[in-house]
Amino acid sequence: MSVLKYLLQKEFRQIFRDPSILKIIFVMPALQLIVIPLAADYEVRNINIAIADHDHSVYTQQMVQKIKSSGYFKLVNYTSTFQEAVTSIEADQADIVLEIPAKFELQIVREDHASIFIAVNAVNGMKANLGAVYLQNIIQNYNNQIRTKWVQFPAIPPQTNINVSVSNWFNPMMSYKYFMVPAVLATLLSLLGTFLTALNIVREKEIGTIEQINVTPIKKYHFILGKLIPFWVLGLVVLTIGFLIMRFGYQIHPVGNMLIVYLFASIYLLSILGLGLLISTYADTQQQAMLISFFLLMIFIMLGGLFTPIDSMPSWVQKLTCLNPVSYFIDVVRMVVLKGSGLADIKNHIFVIIGFAVFLNSWAVWNYKKTN
Amino acid sequence: MINEKVIIAESLTKNFGDFVAVDQISFEVAKGEIFGFLGANGAGKTTAMRMLCGLSTPSSGKANVAGFDLFKETEKIKKSIGYMSQKFSLYEDLTIRENIQFYGGIYGLSKKNIQEKSAYLVEHLHLQNYQNNLVKSLPLGWKQKLAFSVAIVHDPAIVFLDEPTGGVDPVTRREFWELIYDASARGITVFVTTHYMDEAEYCNRVSIMVDGRIEALDTPKELKKIYESVSMGEVFLKLARKAVRGE
Repeated sequence: MSVLKYLLQKEFRQIFRDPSILKIIFVMPALQLIVIPLAADYEVRNINIAIADHDHSVYTQQMVQKIKSSGYFKLVNYTSTFQEAVTSIEADQADIVLEIPAKFELQIVREDHASIFIAVNAVNGMKANLGAVYLQNIIQNYNNQIRTKWVQFPAIPPQTNINVSVSNWFNPMMSYKYFMVPAVLATLLSLLGTFLTALNIVREKEIGTIEQINVTPIKKYHFILGKLIPFWVLGLVVLTIGFLIMRFGYQIHPVGNMLIVYLFASIYLLSILGLGLLISTYADTQQQAMLISFFLLMIFIMLGGLFTPIDSMPSWVQKLTCLNPVSYFIDVVRMVVLKGSGLADIKNHIFVIIGFAVFLNSWAVWNYKKTN
Repeated sequence: MINEKVIIAESLTKNFGDFVAVDQISFEVAKGEIFGFLGANGAGKTTAMRMLCGLSTPSSGKANVAGFDLFKETEKIKKSIGYMSQKFSLYEDLTIRENIQFYGGIYGLSKKNIQEKSAYLVEHLHLQNYQNNLVKSLPLGWKQKLAFSVAIVHDPAIVFLDEPTGGVDPVTRREFWELIYDASARGITVFVTTHYMDEAEYCNRVSIMVDGRIEALDTPKELKKIYESVSMGEVFLKLARKAVRGE
């Protein structure tokens, strides 16, 4: 036991003596947690719209006003020819063109129907798609407004109206921050844990101190615990900082008990540190360790359900994500923070992650050779 | 026992694929001896030493180090040896005292023992004023002396030194060898590789490796007689020139 004490003492001394490591551990995650959720917002705003208005009537004015005041669109060009509006798409100034035909008002009033044309720039598919949908919604709305003004309700409505009302459970405002912040935190913790552990041990290989350790009668599990425990503690500290940012920076009040997240995180960290450890037993240089970690974590994060829902992935990819520790953590953090899930709800996640921790660490201990 | 053997190697061999780094070397080292291990770069010295330290598993052969079998009791051997590698391997971002404390600790010395050792070493190496400085701030010669002292902090039976004085100035080298003599006087067997022929003269016995084999092994005096040379340098050149394999 006292051997472990000396190992831990040494490790903590080195960590606290290295200002760049401290920055990486504390400042970077905090900054990323503040920036990434703001940027990774699925809601599309600032859609640049060019309007070619051939009518210039009161109605078109009202409609343009409605579009502008919706908050989603920025009017970049208001012209009277379609050609000019298209030019602004070509110059990459506009994402969407709305063409209002001549005699638009007249047609509505006289003939009770009019058509307009929407052209979208599909280079940024998501923006264009959502933009078109928003625009159609706004126009539909405006349309209903006119109808109520002009048309007297007949005894029997000419067409059935199905009114759909949506209620967002667990995230009533449908705020993407609620959804993203916990998941980004989970991802950051995974990155940090793997990289720090892998690089730390490989660094000892590079400078040759590991050989000096290997020539001592030290037990393998002592050495590995001596590396795991400091980063485990640091991981929990980073998690706490993240939760504070989540609570006070984003005003996200976790519904569930945070102790459950800590319990899960403490096991999860063991598995992710085990991954770092495992990488370090195979890599001989810091570059190698870096590349392997990067490769694995890219996959884990992309397939972890951070950006895209796992349920909408192809079924063979969904099966693969069962082997992805990051996806379990993202899942648990979201479940507890947004839904208030309890221990019983995440029971299976806990079992799986214990499995990961045992498997990865055993593999690392097995592959760490004092004699080669 | 005066002629107690602390290292017995029999036909020790290490292959890396087709390449035979160490080719059936056999030798014995007596307790308290200063055993010089000479050879050109690439002759296999470091590989042989790493095998004896339990850092590298021999491909074939037999060896007994400090009374333990090299294959079956590697971890027991590690308790009884000290090792100073070619690369400087103390922690540069720890202070002198912290390094002594750490290595003392992982060799399982008691807290009190570590305290005493640290105080003794710091004084003995005249590092009192620097004991709380980071190791990276020390000049190379001091670092090497410190590394040696740390390698024998647990009073091992044998200490293996891999080119301990490479790049060190002559005065410090002299001081380093005084430390080696001190250790030897305390009964610690010293197994040392070097490229400095004057250092070879300080050894009790010297072996010269050429192309993975031991070509000569005797006291410096006898070697000079056998090879009709005036200095160990001449002996070395006569043998090393026979080498076929280059660097």
